[in-house]
Amino acid sequence: MGGDHRDTTAEPEPARTSFSAWRTLSRSLAPRLNRAQLLAGLLTGLLGFAIVVQVQQNRSSDLSGLRQDELVRILDEVTQRTEELDAQAADLRVQRTELVTGSDTERAAREAAAARAEEQGILSGRVPAEGVGVELVVREPDERIPSFVLLNILEELRNAGAEAIQIGDLRITASSYIVDTADGVEVDGVSLTAPYRWLAIGDPDTLTPALEMPGGALAAVRNATGTADLSAADLVEITAVRQIAAPRFATPVPASGPG
Amino acid sequence: MIAVIGLVLGAILGLILEPTVPQALAPYLPIAVVAALDALFGGLRALLDRTFDDRVFLVSFLSNVVVAALIVFLGDQLGVGTQLSTAVVVVLGIRIFSNAAAIRRHLFKA
Repeated sequence: MGGDHRDTTAEPEPARTSFSAWRTLSRSLAPRLNRAQLLAGLLTGLLGFAIVVQVQQNRSSDLSGLRQDELVRILDEVTQRTEELDAQAADLRVQRTELVTGSDTERAAREAAAARAEEQGILSGRVPAEGVGVELVVREPDERIPSFVLLNILEELRNAGAEAIQIGDLRITASSYIVDTADGVEVDGVSLTAPYRWLAIGDPDTLTPALEMPGGALAAVRNATGTADLSAADLVEITAVRQIAAPRFATPVPASGPG
Repeated sequence: MIAVIGLVLGAILGLILEPTVPQALAPYLPIAVVAALDALFGGLRALLDRTFDDRVFLVSFLSNVVVAALIVFLGDQLGVGTQLSTAVVVVLGIRIFSNAAAIRRHLFKA
């Protein structure tokens, strides 16, 4: 070892120590190709190389210089952190899924409710409707047409699948009635006189034959000396609406309520 | 002179090549460097003592490096590698200081 030299050193003469030390140094600094110089050069070269490598290693990556137990500790920490983050991510993913499906369900329910409200509004006469259908004008040039003839037309339209019906400015609903009065007929408490203009939304190919059936509704009108002009239309607009009072006595059966 | 040139040459070589230290040797290289520094200072002191011998320098250099690495390796196996490498660095540091002091006394008589 390097320190070994100390033990073998003889004490140099104190008087000329400094002078001779510098001389020794300068003498050894002079390049000479002997074995000692070459060996020293080789070893110091090795040292310089190792120093630079170690410095660079130390600077470039702090992980590669660490010991096994330190690396294990770091790995443990990283693994633990990863597990925590994974669990957190899973939780958030579940939460997100719940929120997405929740809003989806809500929207679907809202759309279904809106669609149901429209359907039921048309069926109950609460909202205007339009579509293919027929237009029928019943006139009474000579005699009054009795209410049962008109009721016959209404029943025939209903049987033929008319989805929305209007007489004059009145929307016909499930509770509509037609009765005779002195001046003409009364529909749902409103007096009507001829000509009676019917609008019905439904399949014209079904409605037309149903009304014109031999012995049917229009035949009855003609028997009552009236005239009937029946025409199919691509767009029948039923604009009359009916306010419907909420049922006072009937309530939905809870078990069969909408999901 | 050749020793100084060798030192510079080795440093330049290390800068140019930029080698990666093998994983197995990574914990021992810094200790080996410190041990080699100790050997270098010991050699310089021996030079000024006029007892420099290239064979002794070679053997002391290599054995310093090997023994230091061996101690650290043993410490790693025993589970006290960190503490033992600190101990080696402290001991080598003290030796470097004493050698440097001897060199200083030779050159400056102080």
